[in-house]
Amino acid sequence: MYAQLVETGSKRLKTKEEMSPQEREFQEKVDAEIKIEAKNWMPEGYRKTLVRQISQHAHSEVVGMLPEGNWVTRAPTLKRKLQLMAKIQDEAGHGLYLYSAMETLGADRDEEIEKLHQGKAKYSSIFNYPTLNWADMGAVGWLVDGAAIVNQVVLQRTSYGPYSRAMVRICKEESFHQRQGYQILLDLMREGTDEQKAMVQDAINRLWWPSLMMFGPHDDESPNSQQSLAWKIKRKGNDELRQMFIDQTVPQLEFLGCTAPDPDLKWNEETGHYDFGEINWQEFYDVLKGNGPCNRERINTRKKAIDEGRWVREAAVAYAKKQKQRTQAA
Amino acid sequence: MSEWRLYEVFVRSKHGLNHKHVGSVHASDNEMAMENARDLYTRRSEGVSIWVVPSDTITASASDEKEVLFDPSEDKIYRHASFYELPDEVGHM
Repeated sequence: MYAQLVETGSKRLKTKEEMSPQEREFQEKVDAEIKIEAKNWMPEGYRKTLVRQISQHAHSEVVGMLPEGNWVTRAPTLKRKLQLMAKIQDEAGHGLYLYSAMETLGADRDEEIEKLHQGKAKYSSIFNYPTLNWADMGAVGWLVDGAAIVNQVVLQRTSYGPYSRAMVRICKEESFHQRQGYQILLDLMREGTDEQKAMVQDAINRLWWPSLMMFGPHDDESPNSQQSLAWKIKRKGNDELRQMFIDQTVPQLEFLGCTAPDPDLKWNEETGHYDFGEINWQEFYDVLKGNGPCNRERINTRKKAIDEGRWVREAAVAYAKKQKQRTQAA
Repeated sequence: MSEWRLYEVFVRSKHGLNHKHVGSVHASDNEMAMENARDLYTRRSEGVSIWVVPSDTITASASDEKEVLFDPSEDKIYRHASFYELPDEVGHM
């Protein structure tokens, strides 16, 4: 998921009797699948949770451009370079759709970005891993965007209208990302040298577990999941989404002729799902806290971009003011 | 960016259709709003025409006005063609 561990501010669900009449009316609307819009009344906790989740989601799109930006000048052909740039541009666009949705809740874009730069706001743990070889571009598109799609397809039904509409738009664009990633890997496996094939397996070995971590902690260890599900901000639990992702990904992995770095991964005839090993949660929490391989680098790159672009933004404002004065004078 | 104005973006997807609201952009002036809207909302030939409108110039109905504004039309079913029954012999009208 692009948003992990989103704080809801509630330890347990309120019963209908404990709710105020307004809260009850709101919950009934949500239960009846009526979308909540910006001007409708909503509990403060719902609004805050949405701002946290949508901003985290937006930050993930924006920071997500960085591991790929690294490969624009190193892409092996012009075709690959154009595809990669189109994907990165989409991610900038997705960040903007989401920031817009967040602003309908009264949040300020600059303030939320500032929180990211101060380390107060999170973004997906996955983007704190380095992209070391060209096959990583394939594995990121296939696994990371693949995991994001599983989550985002469900979020199209989220209860908040502007968020839901942003998700619809994003999902439409995202499947190209996953396919272009898988194609990079397919080409390497079909036509590549032994060394290139080894590169693919290496990329999968490094990115497999971090991709599974994208869905967040187990539901029973995530007190916020229950509230988010009741508000229908989230529509499915973390574990269910993770299982969906694994079930659809393993056959694609086998088709590539590669393996996952998980000795416990095997088809379970009884459950009709794949069994898989336990995630290293210590690593997940460490990366989320800011101690992953690339956390500092990512935030520094973001800050640098904001600082070095300041004069452009200021010049644009100065130009707009001057033009306005001119038309008023004329 | 807070001093950049917020604009609402409307896109006509093809000739003959209405402009439809698709989202919003921030920009320092109208021209930049148009360029940003183009880059953000029409990357895959989603449109043939764009309107950008400063958000603070839009007057919107409030959600608590819903009944005042829209309830009066609820009981005027005679405004719909289906209210008027015609004998089968008359055929399509």
